[in-house]
Amino acid sequence: MTAYFIQAFIYLAAAVIAVPLAKRLGLGSVLGYLIAGVVIGPIAGLVGNETSTLQHFAEFGVVMMLFLVGLELEPRMLWNMRHKLIGLGGLQVGLSTLVVMGIAFAFGFNWSIALTIGMIFSLSSTAIVLQTFNEKNLTKTEGGKNAFSVLLFQDIAVIPMLALIPLLALPELIEKAQSAAATAAEHHEQMSLVAGLPGWAYGIVVLSAIAIVVVGGNYLSRPLFRYVASSNLREIFTATALMLVIGIAALMSLVGLSPALGTFLAGVVLANSEFRHELESVIEPFKGLLLGLFFITVGAGIDFDVLASNIGPVMAMTLGVILIKATVLLLLAMIFKIKNSDRWLFALSLAQAGEFGFVLLSYTVQNHVIPVDLAQILSLVVAISMFLTPGLFILFDKVILPRYEQTENMREPDVIDEKGTVIIAGVGRFGQIVNRLLVTNGFKTVVLDHEAQQVENLRKINTKSFYGDATQPDLLHTAGIAEAKMLVIAIDNPDRAVELTEYIKHTYPNVIILARAFDRSNLYRLRKAGADFMVSETFHSALQLGKHALTHLGVHPFKAEQQRAIFFETEMAHKDTLYESWKQVTGDDKHLVHYRDMFIQLEETLSAAMKDERYRSFSRMERGWTPPPKENDTAFSKSETD
Amino acid sequence: MVDAAKKILVLYAHPSQERSEINKPLFRATQQQEHVTAVDLYAEYPTFRINIDKEQQRLRDHDVIVFMFPLYWYSTPAILKEWQDLVLEYNFAYGANGNALEGKTFLCAISAGGSETAYQADGYNHFTLRELLHPLEQTASLTGMTYLAPFALFCARSAFDENRVHSHIEDWLRILSALSNNTLDIALGKSLEKLNENLNILIRD
Repeated sequence: MTAYFIQAFIYLAAAVIAVPLAKRLGLGSVLGYLIAGVVIGPIAGLVGNETSTLQHFAEFGVVMMLFLVGLELEPRMLWNMRHKLIGLGGLQVGLSTLVVMGIAFAFGFNWSIALTIGMIFSLSSTAIVLQTFNEKNLTKTEGGKNAFSVLLFQDIAVIPMLALIPLLALPELIEKAQSAAATAAEHHEQMSLVAGLPGWAYGIVVLSAIAIVVVGGNYLSRPLFRYVASSNLREIFTATALMLVIGIAALMSLVGLSPALGTFLAGVVLANSEFRHELESVIEPFKGLLLGLFFITVGAGIDFDVLASNIGPVMAMTLGVILIKATVLLLLAMIFKIKNSDRWLFALSLAQAGEFGFVLLSYTVQNHVIPVDLAQILSLVVAISMFLTPGLFILFDKVILPRYEQTENMREPDVIDEKGTVIIAGVGRFGQIVNRLLVTNGFKTVVLDHEAQQVENLRKINTKSFYGDATQPDLLHTAGIAEAKMLVIAIDNPDRAVELTEYIKHTYPNVIILARAFDRSNLYRLRKAGADFMVSETFHSALQLGKHALTHLGVHPFKAEQQRAIFFETEMAHKDTLYESWKQVTGDDKHLVHYRDMFIQLEETLSAAMKDERYRSFSRMERGWTPPPKENDTAFSKSETD
Repeated sequence: MVDAAKKILVLYAHPSQERSEINKPLFRATQQQEHVTAVDLYAEYPTFRINIDKEQQRLRDHDVIVFMFPLYWYSTPAILKEWQDLVLEYNFAYGANGNALEGKTFLCAISAGGSETAYQADGYNHFTLRELLHPLEQTASLTGMTYLAPFALFCARSAFDENRVHSHIEDWLRILSALSNNTLDIALGKSLEKLNENLNILIRD
């Protein structure tokens, strides 16, 4: 036990020290993790033996990441992406595999080994690239979007690769392995549902496993989540989400499929669910930590002895891989008309090998396709190319982008997309009216509410809404607060509304906040917290009702409307002074009295403004459609003014 | 002694700007000009609650007053009429002590759907544009302002497709700068049917 604590502490401490440092130096968190791994592993020798065990564990970060990627992709969106996915992604994987395979073949490798190497290097690092895009806000650029479809295709392409690799097994390696296995006891036997099944039965098992994920995700997840959500225990919701992801990963492993792909599929199935954002925010921290761990183990797993004795070939191969992939990607970018700096972003961001390379490598060794010593060298190539990726991004930032920025600034400015997302926190009786007005005007909204029933009701009338506590920063994050234009706060708890306003204004100062206030003091507190626009929930409707009261009491409807407007304008004219004196109310009576005086003054001004003096005297107070006075003006004939 | 540049106030009224092909670009270009205060009345008063004091102060602060609008039923859009009814008060714009506008220059920048030939005694609108604007001309006269002929674009519905908008804006910017530099022949401007008839004679270099 003690040893575990010490190991865990070393890993965490390395991350805590290295990652913020790397971020501060502009290197991105991934490089930070990798460096932390190198430091505690090969350099300081603090960790080592357990690295490969940990790596299995950390690969679960990749599984979670794909679950989250799936959650982001609604089936319809996936369908819309199909041309890029298959065209761009398919060509990238195909061409890179072929070119690398050709070169390996030319160096005298067996064709099956050459093909495997080609497949391994055709993949890029989803983890590094998506993480970096997120950190640098590149996800929504043309280059970012195209890179994403390629990454997605690669993640899917891993399945057929995993299916193909066992067929490439080399007889001599199998023989060697068998003799080794004969001496070792068979305690490495993996649990499997499909071992020893005939082909047709295997097919049925695999298909039913997929069916369980799709059907279960579609029909069973919602009642389950609603049941859990109704308990209002956030940790149980977290447990449910973890249970789901782990369960699917286990099921997929049992039938011999990739857990990552299984959870990806589950993610896509759940992408339409109202629980999507809450799921994302719950899984996100686990994913972050496990991915971090994964990168650390990659760094720690670098074998400096093997590297030192093969430094020439390893570096040549690494640079070769990056060069080949970048060239293929540039070519594709030209064919698919990705322009300007986006073309370079696309090519450079995907030029490394990826974490699935490690997975494939260990799989190829297990399946006797590639000899162990070659696999060791290849995994160094994968690791070092991942190491160099932040460098490629820096190259893009510092060298390529400035050039294009100059020329791009010369162009006509793009049409500004004014329709940024609006997040609506709380869709009770207030928030849903705001939402309806925005949605019917074609604005994109993301609606959050912590009452599963409310969300359910809105879903029934086709309003896109998600279950979750909008005051949780990570939920807001997954709902897209970082890219949102505006946040409408209409949650019922006044204190939390103020806290939320403070948090958002502090973390995302560019997001416009419109807040519903419960009463006057809540309104002032929201204003103090930095809300851009506040309205008391009953103010306008009460004024509207008051106007109708005037009308029913015999006041002319137009006059009643004027009085309503004057009332409103007088309030607005005094809001700043009242707010300032409210701010001074510190509990002592003197300021409280001052505030009260201000309020009384407002009431006096109001009643003065309401008084109609039209026919008593010609007053400057009284404005609007005023005829000249009845006497003492000679410039006009009587007939014109009456 | 060089005259100080004259300050121009443009009051722009267009109730359906998402459809505008002429007035909106014209207004945008106007906003960029020096010595010009450009006010979008429908944006500032979406509920028609016009702030009378603010508007009167604006009038006091400027030397040239421009109404910029598409012709609606031979007159201004509703908010400009509302503006006149409320802002041009007794003892401000007229009446015993109402001389705040005296000596200022007034003109309209208009787009009209019909062709220029339609706005003739024998055309289907029966009156010239200048005749149809007589209420505004008389308002200017009563308030002591110098009334200039309207700056007008006819056949406005097809102007964009016929590439007439750009030159129209160019002409307008020339007039604006001539008004602020005092290089516009006011006597001639008063007498014309429309201001953009012959700019090279109207504007002294």
